[in-house]
Amino acid sequence: MRWIRKNLVVFAGVLCLAYLILPNLVVMVFSFNKPNGRFNYEWTRFSTDAWEHPCDVADMCGSLGLSLQIALYATIGATVLGTMIAFALARYRFKARGTTNMLIFLPMAMPEVVMAASLGTLFLNMRVPFGFWTILIAHIMFCLSFVVTAVKARVMSMDPRLEQAAQDLYASPLQTFLRVTLPLVAPGIASGALLSFALSFDDFIITNFNAGSTVTFPMFVWGSAQRGTPVQINVIGTAMFVIAVLVVVAGQLLGSRRKARA
Amino acid sequence: MRRAAGRKRRVPYWLLLPGIAWLLVFFVAPMIYQASTSVQTGSLEAGFKVTWHFATYWDALTEYYPQFLRSFEYSAIATVLCLAIGYPLAYTIAFRAGRWRNVILILVIAPFFTSFLIRTLAWETILADGGFVVQTLNQLHILDLTSSLGITQGHRVLATPLAVICGLTYNFLPFMILPLYTSLERIDGKLHEAAGDLYAKPFTVFRKVTFPLSMPGVVAGTLLTFIPATGDYINAELLGTTNQKMIGNVIQSQFLRVLDYPTAAALSFILMAVILAMVMFYIRKAGTEELV
Repeated sequence: MRWIRKNLVVFAGVLCLAYLILPNLVVMVFSFNKPNGRFNYEWTRFSTDAWEHPCDVADMCGSLGLSLQIALYATIGATVLGTMIAFALARYRFKARGTTNMLIFLPMAMPEVVMAASLGTLFLNMRVPFGFWTILIAHIMFCLSFVVTAVKARVMSMDPRLEQAAQDLYASPLQTFLRVTLPLVAPGIASGALLSFALSFDDFIITNFNAGSTVTFPMFVWGSAQRGTPVQINVIGTAMFVIAVLVVVAGQLLGSRRKARA
Repeated sequence: MRRAAGRKRRVPYWLLLPGIAWLLVFFVAPMIYQASTSVQTGSLEAGFKVTWHFATYWDALTEYYPQFLRSFEYSAIATVLCLAIGYPLAYTIAFRAGRWRNVILILVIAPFFTSFLIRTLAWETILADGGFVVQTLNQLHILDLTSSLGITQGHRVLATPLAVICGLTYNFLPFMILPLYTSLERIDGKLHEAAGDLYAKPFTVFRKVTFPLSMPGVVAGTLLTFIPATGDYINAELLGTTNQKMIGNVIQSQFLRVLDYPTAAALSFILMAVILAMVMFYIRKAGTEELV
């Protein structure tokens, strides 16, 4: 009894974890279902059909490819622009610093639907045709702040003496940057880039207002929710989950091995 | 020499230029443009003109204030639930997890990787009328209780406020847990021991030491949950009915279906203004030195 009371907080924590994981398990289980009819809500019988033919659904894999492509370009764009801003903010004192910080903070503190509607209204009135480019522009815009925040934290926590040491050893500014600064900041840039990729790939709200008739993967899922969800959506969801967990675990293992070696 | 110094002074501006230009053109300019759109009148065929028609704001408010109120109500409840549910988990990861810490952190972030929409659709399956959850709640007569409170209707959960709030709580929970964990992790365990040595009971330690020290995480977490939850329309659309529509649903349908851009603009402007005002007030009241 005392043991239970002492670990009450752990039980509550485990319950919370179960709440977080439950939908993923449901998605995984229902990826092996063979539904009667169009809706995959009720368990009928076990089948691996959807796993064997993941691209059998019209337009689904195309939308998946498009989402991956946009996420890749948006990540590159946001990471390059965001890293530059992060260096400026972390390394230099200049007049517009406060305003810049505010401008970086605002997109993260704004409900997505507000940003989505205003950018959509602008494109509409400038007669910019909606599609690939408007989606990409919007995604770079909202990923930018997250990259700046991630990279800035890393640059700020870096010991400036390491760069001074490199300069004392006659490294040129470029050499110092490439061989000392960049490797040290790399984890920050990597986490900013990963975050952008995930945010862009999964974004629905901003894309919905700026895509026109172009269909990304989240938009495909949204549409299918009305028409009937194919089992293949669960397959993609499960595969994404498994791949991401493997990547994170591999990263962790690599990191700890590197630490052990050092 | 002086020229070199001048060039050096310009470095931060060159670094800022492309990114800030992007934000000015695609974030700030649209906001300003949105302000002008909200006072325009006209139609899609005839074109829109700025006529300083402020009545749009008034009309939008009088017509859609139930959705506004509902948005703030649902996301406030979801935020409180996130705090109540997420705190024990963040606490467990920070102080009790030991070598499981990284595994649990991965498990908290991992659900993110399955698409937001797919996971929300999974809640339809979980909360389905004949499903295990609803049957259990019925057998325990919990749904009778919640129905009398007006959160559910009859013996079902789907298409009720409870389903929407459950979805919101679920979707934004990681945004609460991660900042809570970050601020809890920074607390020195010796403070707990010291409080214990001074004969504080565990709950007193929590109330007087742990919780106050985790305030930066509480403030950041509640903001990160409340703001996106207020603007969300996916949960209300997929898990609710027209009776659970939130303001995001209205903006979406005004923009994409009705094509009434001035109303959509006015609504999103009101939403933004109210949220900014609430956030300012909240940070003043509960804010810590780290945050503003």
